This record gives sequence, structure tokens and C-alpha cells, in this order.
Amino acid sequence: MSGKGMNLTLKIWRQKGANDKGRMVDYKVNDISEHMSFLEMMDVLNEQLIAEGEEPVAFDHDCREGICGMCSLYINGEAHGPDRGITTCQLHMRMFNDGDTITIEPWRAAAFPVIKDLVVDRTAFERIQQAGGFISVNTSGNTQDANAIPISKHDADEAMDAATCIGCGACVATCKNSSAMLFVGAKVSQYALLPQGQVEAADRVRNMVAQMDLEGFGNCTNTGACEVECPKGISLDNIARMNRELLKASLK
Amino acid sequence: MGGFFKSSIGRKVAMALSAFFLMFFLIIHLAVNITSLFSVELFNQLSHFMGTNPLVQLALQPVLIIGVVFHFVMGFVLELKNRKAIGVKYAKNNGAANSTWMSRNMIYSGLAILAFLVLHFIDFWIPEMAVKYIEGDMTGMIAGTQEFRYFEELQHKFVSPIRVGAYVIAFVLLALHLLHGFTSAFQSMGVTAGRKKFLQAFGKVYSYLIPLGFIIIAIYHHFNH
Repeated sequence: MSGKGMNLTLKIWRQKGANDKGRMVDYKVNDISEHMSFLEMMDVLNEQLIAEGEEPVAFDHDCREGICGMCSLYINGEAHGPDRGITTCQLHMRMFNDGDTITIEPWRAAAFPVIKDLVVDRTAFERIQQAGGFISVNTSGNTQDANAIPISKHDADEAMDAATCIGCGACVATCKNSSAMLFVGAKVSQYALLPQGQVEAADRVRNMVAQMDLEGFGNCTNTGACEVECPKGISLDNIARMNRELLKASLK
Repeated sequence: MGGFFKSSIGRKVAMALSAFFLMFFLIIHLAVNITSLFSVELFNQLSHFMGTNPLVQLALQPVLIIGVVFHFVMGFVLELKNRKAIGVKYAKNNGAANSTWMSRNMIYSGLAILAFLVLHFIDFWIPEMAVKYIEGDMTGMIAGTQEFRYFEELQHKFVSPIRVGAYVIAFVLLALHLLHGFTSAFQSMGVTAGRKKFLQAFGKVYSYLIPLGFIIIAIYHHFNH
């Protein structure tokens, strides 16, 4: 391996804490294998920084298999980097070339404040979810079997597609308005498409949209950037469905 | 329903509704203007009807002005709110990787169209209001003759190559504004444009044809007067 890997210059956002002003810092990493994931490359950098007695770069990660929604990073001007339909842990270093300079920034949105370096606070998503992203089920002991309610294949598939949202926040990070509508649209849709979601449908969309606005996310202008950058391919149609749901709820 | 229009989605729907109204108006405006290419008489008659019919003048005209002002003010308010929502800007942002230039710059194409509207009002609307409602001349005739003044005035305006140039630039920007705006308005109203290929195709045709029609009219009268 030695000598065959890539030598890269990294421009990374460093910020000591929420109140620190923060700045871009240049780092060099050498001999990076093309088979590494982007996060493994970050691990190499941090090993190096620790060996040099410097503070390692803080970044979010957990499952490292593209399902938890924890890893973020705005890489060379794109959420999760230049590849499509992936999270940063699934981004391979083969997408880059020897000698490249890579800019790495945290998700940027007023509603996603930086905690440290590349780690941002995404609990706004939790609060939106808690505002209505659930169904109430009677668990008294005679709960109806969900499979006893017939649901068309089409609706079940669409609901499942919406439910694949991992809440990573790439949509917000990518949006020129820092709008969270793709996330909220998906979370509204996964219930709106199923009979179990109908009971609380009107309250759900009203409360989730109200919470979204309260958190300070921007307005959607339908650029469609979120859909392109979403690691799970959540469709813009979910935003249209949320708009319909809210209109329906407001007319009640 | 009041709460709806205070929400982010409600505002988006309000933008779309005013956009539909303005897009419909563009069709009417072009339909009237295009008659000037082949029939002076028809153009004069239609202009006179539009300019003197009480329903058009006292009901539709104020609604149109309110529609334009609303679309502009709301667009501006949303732009300011959105800028606030961004917080710190990216050092490097590759917007072209995932969205069209038109969709990212609606505020600028919109402002250019607004600047054009100011010129357009100074050119046609303000003199028209002055003649009809200040001087009180509702005949639509050239002073001292039995001929309609509308076609004359139209031709006169397009003599200046600078004005024709400004109009052409404005209509190119209108095309860019419509190329995103048309499908965007439907998406905001809850129509899933992604799946409806027809809407996208129709939107493209509309966005090119309407501005092109106005450009042809301006250039035609520049060279034929």
C-alpha cells in the first residue's frame, strides 16, 4: 500500500464550541487508500492529530453502514460529498484524486447550530417528530393485528419509501433556504398513506409544520436540491403531499 | 384557514396562487398584443375595450396590481426569512450539482422583471391613466382625428433600440423565472409535478412561448414603423 495512496489537502471547519467563532484549518493526509470510506480517512487524520498532540476533529458517526443517519459533513460543496444516494460513511475515497483539496464543513442552518467542529445539533428534528410523528395505538390487550387492515401495495410501498428517511439532515444542509420540508414531508407522508395514520392526520400535519416553523427552518422554493442529495432518495412528491395534507387539515 | 396562510406552507401556496393569476394574465396580455402583428383594427378595438370597459378597468385592473404587488412583497419577505434561516454560509457550496440556476435565483430574475415593470408602467400605463382619468379623454382617439391612438402609440414606443433591447432582456429573464416558476407553483399546490411529465413539458412550452411572443412583437414593431 505504501506510496500508492493519495496525498490530500483537507480544509476543515474547526470550532471549539457553540460560542467559538470558528475557522477553516488546512491539514495534510498522505497515503490514503482509494478503498477507504470518507470517515476512515477522517479517522486517519485524527490518529495523526492525536500523535501530534493536537485536538482531533469532532464529527458525527455511528453505524457506518448508511442506515443510522448520524454522519453528516458538507464535502466540496455537497451534502455527503459528490456521490449520489449515499451517506458519508458510504462515500469512498476513490471518488477523489491524488493531490485534491477537499473542503469539509458542518451542516449549515440556523436551526442546526454547531456543537463542535463538524458536529451540529439536530435535535430540532426530534422535536418536529415529537410534535406529531407517531400514531396512538390502544395497547389494552385486544390490539388489532395491523395485518388485518388491508392496504394497497401501492400505498404500502409509498409509505415505506417515505419511512426510509433516516433524518440525517442532508436536505436542510443542501437547501439554499435551509428548509426542512423534505424531512417533514416524508414523516407526514409515511402516516398519511396508511389507515393507521388517519385518526391523527389533521393534528399531525398542523403540529409538525408549526414546530418546523418554530425551529427556524426556511421556506421551500422547490429547487429540488434536497431530493438529489438525499441518501435515501426521498421524493419531492412527499412535500407536495404534506402541502395537500395541511390544506386539507386547514379546511376542516 | 387564517392559520394556514401564516404557516410556511401557506405562504408558499399564496405565492403559487398569485403566480397562477399572473401567468393567466400573461396569456391574455400576449393574446391582445399579438393581434398588432396582423390587424391594426383588431388591436385598436381590443385595446379600446380593455382600456375603457368598466369591469376590466375598475375590477380586474386593481386585482392585477394587487396580485403583482403581493407576489413581489411576499417573494421578498420569504427571501429575507430564508436568508435568516441559513445562518452561517458555506465556504464552498456547489449549488449547480443539484439544482438549476433558475430555481436558485428567482429573487434576481424577479427583481429584474420588477425593474422592467417600472419601465413598462412609465411607458404605457401612466400615460394611459393620465389621458383617461386626468385629462378625461375616454375616446381613445388621436386628438383632432377619428383614428384610434393605441397602435400609433405602440409603434412609437418601439422606435428606440434601447427600449427594445431592455424589453428583450426583461423577457429573457421572464422566461428563466417561468422555467422554474411554472412547475414550482404546481408543486406548491400539492400537484406532484415529478410524476406528471405533461405538466413539465407544458411548463417548458409556456415558459418559452410567452416571452418569445412578446419579444417578436417588440422587434417586429421596431423594424416596421
